[in-house]
Amino acid sequence: KTCIYTHKQKHFTHFCSRKNRVPTLFSSTFSSLSPHQQPFQLSHGTTTLGFIFQDGVIAAADTRASCKGLICCPTSQKIMPIHSHLVVNTSGSGADCMLWERILTREMRLYQLRHRKRLSINGAAKLLSMMLHPFKDQNTKNVLSFGGRSGPRVCYVCSDGLQLKGEIISVGSGSPYAYAVLDDGWRWGMTVDEAVALAREAVFRATHWDAYSGNNVDLFHITAHGWRRRDREDLKEEYYRERERKRKKIKEREKERQKREGDELGEGDIYSVHCG
Amino acid sequence: MMISARAYGDNGKMKEYHYTGPVEHKFSPYAFNGGTVLAVAGEDFALVASDTRLSEGYSIHSRDSPKCYKLTDTTVIGCSGFHGDCLTLTKIIEARLKMYKHSNNKSMTSGAIAAMLSTILYGKRFFPYYVYNIIGGLDEEGRGAVYSFDPVGSYQRDTYKAGGSASAMLQPLLDNQIGFKNMENVEQLPLTLEKAVQLVKDVFISAAERDVYTGDALKICIITKEGIREEIVPLRKD
Repeated sequence: KTCIYTHKQKHFTHFCSRKNRVPTLFSSTFSSLSPHQQPFQLSHGTTTLGFIFQDGVIAAADTRASCKGLICCPTSQKIMPIHSHLVVNTSGSGADCMLWERILTREMRLYQLRHRKRLSINGAAKLLSMMLHPFKDQNTKNVLSFGGRSGPRVCYVCSDGLQLKGEIISVGSGSPYAYAVLDDGWRWGMTVDEAVALAREAVFRATHWDAYSGNNVDLFHITAHGWRRRDREDLKEEYYRERERKRKKIKEREKERQKREGDELGEGDIYSVHCG
Repeated sequence: MMISARAYGDNGKMKEYHYTGPVEHKFSPYAFNGGTVLAVAGEDFALVASDTRLSEGYSIHSRDSPKCYKLTDTTVIGCSGFHGDCLTLTKIIEARLKMYKHSNNKSMTSGAIAAMLSTILYGKRFFPYYVYNIIGGLDEEGRGAVYSFDPVGSYQRDTYKAGGSASAMLQPLLDNQIGFKNMENVEQLPLTLEKAVQLVKDVFISAAERDVYTGDALKICIITKEGIREEIVPLRKD
């Protein structure tokens, strides 16, 4: 209902200004304020990803909701289950994400009640992209992850109408970093543990480099039996483990260098200066 | 002087002042009236606190304009941002509450008010209400609940939240004292009402020291199953 109301409102103000030929106080220039004219910024910036492998689909996302420099919420949930076999990650303004998830859930449920079978992921992607079409300037991007009878599928839907199907999809300001890690480690024949570790690593690397992603990581694993959610993990632990590992490596390198210098000293006082 | 979006450059910082020639000022439908709102939820209570200063640019319009509005016996909303939109929004919420009461013969619960407010705000997605809302109240089981919103209706349930001009200063302090974040080896005791009220007073006194739009007085609405109690504490007036 909200969707139709805003659609009508947009058309109404357009009609008004055309009829009067005089820009009224609240003419169409104000009815769709661009992000530059608004005095506040909406929640944006994220890292979400989805990929398929031999045992289903993994959907992962960070949990930071930011608002032009301030972190509005360090514990937001960006992955929403739509039904037992479909999960959607969204990126874009927080309110738009909430709304589209609710609309998609409603439409899927209505389809299931009317036709007595669940809508396939292709159908869901098409439906979502058709519904998003009137709101092209909204800039929401969705990754639909599906693990049903027809096998694991992951699909990317953008608010300008683009639909892409693939094996690895990542969306958001941290997606370039996530893609780098995923491209390196992805194999179709991965085990569940390897896949989960890969997804966590990808989100961790993205949160390390991207200022707008961070805090915790949410992971969903979808198989033919349905989705299962992993406990939310704080990436702070991962960061400290990483630092410990680096420290150990530096210590080992120091030891080796000292040993080498000790050997070289034995050959007569010529030792070259090496770094590390 | 109205602060329009033009006073801010692309990086979010205010532009340097120097004369560049005659500048055309476009009418902006928004203004920023300042103010800070804070809400905390406990086991069986909720607090909603706000300062009472109404400012615009370099002037203060009023020293006695609290930003907490009582909605039902168990819910209070705090709205900061553009005062015109705050007033209209609270009028709309109160009207919808009355409609609900007449058609369903019961008051709306905090969770229901939060969901309704989200749809009201999203209804103006393309010309938003410039209001940062925080709802504090008791849920159906009598536990404290806080719901925080962004200007277009995205919301979630929290334990504590600060909104408004000094929110970036207050939120980290609340994360540390109520959420026990970034503290090691500390006993995590549940928050009592007295401790929460004292914490809110201290936190607003600190905010008034550093934020120009916060000050004058602090109004705390304490929501328990006995009802809503108000406390007014003076703050810096400069």
